[in-house]
Amino acid sequence: MRYAETGVNLEIDLSRGSIEREGTDPELTELHLGGLGTNARILWDRVPPEMKPFDPENLLIFSAGLLAGTPAPGANRTIISTFSPQTLLMAYSIMGGFWAPELKFAGYDKVIIRGKSPKLVYLWINNDKVEIRDASHLQGKGCLETEELIKQELKEPKAQVATIGLAGENRVYFASIEQGRSSASRGGIGAVMGDKGLKAIAVRGTKDVNVARPAEFFELCNEVLKYIQHRADNPIKGVPPILAGLGSPQEMSLHDEQWHTASFAWGNARIRRRDFWNKEIEEQWKGIQDRAVERLISCYNCPMKCGGIITHPKLERYMMKCYSKLTYTMAAMSDLDFGFRIAGLAQEYGVDGYTTPQVMAFALELYEAGILTDKDLPDFPSDNEERFFYLLEKIVRREGIGDALADGVYWAARKIGKGAEEYDHNTIKKHEQIPIKLGTMNPIYYLMWSTGEKINITQIEGQIPQAPFATKEEREEFVKDWIQVPKEEFKEFVLKWGEPGTSFPNYPTNDAACELVEWQETMHYIDDATGICAGLSSFPIKPPYHIHNLPKLISAATGLDMDEAKLWQIAKRNRTLIRAINVRRGMRRADEKPPEDHWKRRFPDIEAKLLDDYYKFKGWNNQGIPTKETLDELGLDYVGQDLEQRGVYKNGKKQTPETKKESPKSKKAEATKKETKKEKSQGKKA
Amino acid sequence: MKKVKVIKIDVDKCNGCRACEAVCSAFHATPKYSSTNPERSRIRVLFDPLRDIYIPVLAGEYTEAECNGRELYTIDGKVYDECSFCRASCPSRKLFKDPDSDLPLKCDMCEEEPPLPEPLCVQWCLSDALTYEEREEEGEEEAKPGELEIGLESLVKKHGAKAVMDTVARMSK
Repeated sequence: MRYAETGVNLEIDLSRGSIEREGTDPELTELHLGGLGTNARILWDRVPPEMKPFDPENLLIFSAGLLAGTPAPGANRTIISTFSPQTLLMAYSIMGGFWAPELKFAGYDKVIIRGKSPKLVYLWINNDKVEIRDASHLQGKGCLETEELIKQELKEPKAQVATIGLAGENRVYFASIEQGRSSASRGGIGAVMGDKGLKAIAVRGTKDVNVARPAEFFELCNEVLKYIQHRADNPIKGVPPILAGLGSPQEMSLHDEQWHTASFAWGNARIRRRDFWNKEIEEQWKGIQDRAVERLISCYNCPMKCGGIITHPKLERYMMKCYSKLTYTMAAMSDLDFGFRIAGLAQEYGVDGYTTPQVMAFALELYEAGILTDKDLPDFPSDNEERFFYLLEKIVRREGIGDALADGVYWAARKIGKGAEEYDHNTIKKHEQIPIKLGTMNPIYYLMWSTGEKINITQIEGQIPQAPFATKEEREEFVKDWIQVPKEEFKEFVLKWGEPGTSFPNYPTNDAACELVEWQETMHYIDDATGICAGLSSFPIKPPYHIHNLPKLISAATGLDMDEAKLWQIAKRNRTLIRAINVRRGMRRADEKPPEDHWKRRFPDIEAKLLDDYYKFKGWNNQGIPTKETLDELGLDYVGQDLEQRGVYKNGKKQTPETKKESPKSKKAEATKKETKKEKSQGKKA
Repeated sequence: MKKVKVIKIDVDKCNGCRACEAVCSAFHATPKYSSTNPERSRIRVLFDPLRDIYIPVLAGEYTEAECNGRELYTIDGKVYDECSFCRASCPSRKLFKDPDSDLPLKCDMCEEEPPLPEPLCVQWCLSDALTYEEREEEGEEEAKPGELEIGLESLVKKHGAKAVMDTVARMSK
């Protein structure tokens, strides 16, 4: 019997219309856990680097996290992986909601989609019965609308539906996949789904998810729940309200937006408005928000209320979460009411709430600079807010200038030319970043912005305070119950921070920065494999899940022998494998740099040394390529051999010395090739 | 006097996380906590975010016949489907039946020895949509039918006592 996981993946070939059930190799769970880890392994094994995102051979993988569907609070993540049309690298976006547990209850860990359907279809997974069904009547329908129509058509109100909107169908490079209150929206995975002719996946399951050591596991879950309550009763002192609690930022209940409005940049990531926030605006926005947010809502089995049901006189009810409340507002230099109004529409079209407003603000700047003219923007409204609605419509339809803009800022700038590239000032690895423009280079954040492969900073940062505490007493108070640190030395970072001489760019030391970044990143990679929400784990300060209890939870749930060192090693293996996938697709050191104006005060020499040191610390060469030794240590020797055969190491300046002895073909690589039990399902093409 | 256990439900506070369903099914699994499956839960959240309807309903008595006719409630302008607030395991719907055996499920307030401080769904509802209280009422304590008894009773109603007894006799050979 398999515990926590089901041990079965669905393999769907949309070109042939075939559906297969495939037993998975338990050894892969031991090596990569699940979720993102096993997704990466499948992409490495099955999608060679020559494949383009819109080739039929590209895979689109929907995976439940390893612990999704167990009673572990907040274990509900769906990890969707493919290759991004925008970055051309591996894309992995993650959503909460209810889809992943339902997939587990239906008896599957992953749905692996290959090929392309000649006409628009959707997939209906109802326990053992799996069908590919016609979706031509759903063409052009909005995301929530599609969910409703599918549930009605199937007469199954309890089905969970992940779907694309018009943007995904039109292969907008920042199209999202939406599921009720949740979205997987980074990297253009919705465009890949649209390209495959797949409108939606509906799933319903009524089977058991089993755990290996039930009493022990449930007791650990109880402890997690108790700690969540403890943190609700004891917010972190001395930090802005938005950082004081758990969950993803509690944007639906918080009214104090001092932190976002003052620290993040407005417009096309241009303007800091440090004194924007005042009592009058707070009162006004509070009124707007309280009218709009009807109820605070959660994802599956999670007490945090990060989402809200939104009502607005001009819109159908919809659901919102987190910072999408402000991204449109701030890009358009507008107010909160506009934010609620446009976000609902954008979500229905299925576009990313970070990238979309920035693309539109970028277009507006080009217009103001005369690079885009009235010829490019026929009937362009004069009202600022109306302009954003206009641009949204053009983008999701790829109409006129919308066709270029739908490729995102990086590609649009190059398509438009005439100096538009100058206005692309907030992308890394061809992807729009959160609009933050700060003062002095912060070594920890420098490394995270540069080397993060999840593209979004929120998917690598977490755990550590973002500014020093004012007094020694506060610092001592903070570290007193900081049980989450992997080692005691990390407390020193907080205890000293704020003393004379501890300012950026010289604090912390490179060694400490490397360790702190690795800690933050590692916790995210664990979450992405287990499917536990970052909002209860890797993202906030003092979370209920940490490196000390996660190995116990994973072990009790799965029966795997697990300790902190082993778990750390698995996270490192997954992280390194993803780097190798991207390296194999051409990613190099030159790609790893924050925008020029990300900080006002930059230190090229210090930054270069930091990156050198971090690469070395990670066991990568000075091009950011994992060395063969590092790969061997992680049991990824087949990866090293592949990189070598492709001449990847020759392109870098340095080549790592390697053992002369020819290593026998990896056992692990062999393991994946082992014939796995296949059985045809009764699925048929509708 | 008899003790009445009450789970109070505040639908305004429900955040729709369905933790109650998850832990209920885990608690009633054999061995305890060994599996999770909301379909086996004795509490279900009626869930319709786009109409802002969230109603936790606890499984009540098994009934062999469905109601004559249906009713619709309108509360604060929201229309609630027929059967929304009904706790019965009944022939007209799939709710509160074990997905494998089709036997009825009924909330037992997590009774066990030693007793839990409050039913597990209440413990896990940090939103306080579910709260627990005990009160005294006039009357005698009734012997509560056990799980097996409830299941057998429904089988007897469905197939007749003779068929059930014959089957049991055949199986025990």
